[in-house]
Amino acid sequence: MEIGVDHYLVVAAIVFTIGVAGIILNRKNIIIILMSVELILLSVNINLVAFSSYLHDLTGQVFALFILTVAAAEAAIGLAILVTYYRNRGTIAVEDINQMKG
Amino acid sequence: MSFSFQLAHALPEAILAIGALALVLVGALGGQKKSWIVAELSMALLGAALLACLFQPKASTILFHGLFIDDAFARFMKVLALTGSLVSLLFSLEFLRVNKMDTFEFPVLILLSSLGMMMLISSNGLMSLYLGLELMSLALYVLAAFQRDNSKASEAGLKYFVLGALSSGMLLYGASLIYGFAGTVTYTGIAAAIHGTASIGIIFGLVFLMTGLAFKMSIVPFHMWTPDVYEGAPTPITAFFASAPKIAAVAVTLRVVSIAFPGIVPQWQQIVVFMSVASMALGAFAAIGQTNIKRLMAYSSIGHMGFALVGLSAGTQQGVEGVMIYMSIYLVMTLGTFAAILSMRANGQPVENISDLAGLGKANKPMAFFLAMMMLSLAGIPPLAGFFAKWYVFVAAVHAKLYLMAVLGVLASAVAAFYYLRIVKIIYFDEGGPAFDPASRTLRTVLAVAGVFVLAFWFYPAPVVQAASLAAKSLF
Repeated sequence: MEIGVDHYLVVAAIVFTIGVAGIILNRKNIIIILMSVELILLSVNINLVAFSSYLHDLTGQVFALFILTVAAAEAAIGLAILVTYYRNRGTIAVEDINQMKG
Repeated sequence: MSFSFQLAHALPEAILAIGALALVLVGALGGQKKSWIVAELSMALLGAALLACLFQPKASTILFHGLFIDDAFARFMKVLALTGSLVSLLFSLEFLRVNKMDTFEFPVLILLSSLGMMMLISSNGLMSLYLGLELMSLALYVLAAFQRDNSKASEAGLKYFVLGALSSGMLLYGASLIYGFAGTVTYTGIAAAIHGTASIGIIFGLVFLMTGLAFKMSIVPFHMWTPDVYEGAPTPITAFFASAPKIAAVAVTLRVVSIAFPGIVPQWQQIVVFMSVASMALGAFAAIGQTNIKRLMAYSSIGHMGFALVGLSAGTQQGVEGVMIYMSIYLVMTLGTFAAILSMRANGQPVENISDLAGLGKANKPMAFFLAMMMLSLAGIPPLAGFFAKWYVFVAAVHAKLYLMAVLGVLASAVAAFYYLRIVKIIYFDEGGPAFDPASRTLRTVLAVAGVFVLAFWFYPAPVVQAASLAAKSLF
């Protein structure tokens, strides 16, 4: 079987869906949300690199490199905010993030 | 094109980028005692960038391999966004001093976030859109959680971060699909690839892209973070969230749909119409039961973004012009209202309940008057500026034959008038409430300037309207 661009797109779509489902369905732990965010970004990278190779155009790969750097910065900031939250509340369970409502 | 030529067209961005990096160095070497120097210099940098925007060469130019554009539209929106940042920074410095939070990182974060907004406004391709958006948002996440020992602020930061990361993931997925099916990331390239009918992949990508942008504008159904973040974040930071990033997000949405997707107007029009009507309705009904004034302003801003999108859904030059006028007036009203909210301090502590405004009409006549003018203007009562903002977008919608939408919008605005008028009633007719501490000169000045703008707009609207119409032309 020849592996074409559509196979990559399907894989990326599945990974993306797992990421989004991980954020929405997860009721336990914020670390899992951070992992799901990484999954989403990686699915986008799969898409971009597959398209880049299919179109014989380097833009997609440059885009993917930028996303990798930004994802690293985003994870660092997310963990930093998580630490300040943990210091204040002593928990990182998703169901406890409910001080403000309405 | 030589590098120095390109740099001359990106001068405001260059000033902020180099300045912010230099200020990190000043702050790190000088220590926290020198944080006031960093704060003063940051104001100077924002002012310099604002001047650079005003005096840039008038031609529109595309730079940096087609990813960056400098045109009249970008300059107009950048002036608005920088004004928002500058006034919010003015608000913050005083607040931070009083609350012993005056560290040098704060002004630098505002600078970096403003830089991101300007990149976003000037983006001419999906890659620069994403990088500008993240530069803006990453700084905003940190700002929301800046009050480290406050559990509400860190909860606000966490919520904003998680939902923001999800939305930028959606935006990126859309961008990757558009890139794959159009074969390019520049807006003009995408428009050329569409030719009247777009493949299903591009429409799919467009939907994801709009999702990400709607989140940044806090449009229904992606508004859930707004009330919590507005309530939890320190008030001057809330003023910042409500002003500058909204303008950048609206600007980039206008640019994307009018330059990259003019060929498939019906496809994005139905999305925008739905989001706009839903935001106006939610902004009108959900704000009625609120007791916290910052939360009320959050729902009010959701409603106002819905009204601004009315102009966009028309999809015409007149509509874009209406949105730009709307955003200018919205900026002034928001900054004025937040100046009044920041002045609500009793016995050295900030108070945030709407009922605390009772008796203000007797205790502090000028503040009561200007705050009441802000509320009436937000409600859209003629002849105040807020009425004209709504007028321009609704006229554009009617010209585009979106009659149902215009009717629904006017009805939503009538419902929303209820809670604005209730605040006016509390100010003038209710008794009691704590006496406020005297407000600082900065807050009084901002409130008075905004009040005069709102009152005098009908008398001399030409500068804003002409600049907006000139700027809207560069998108068509």
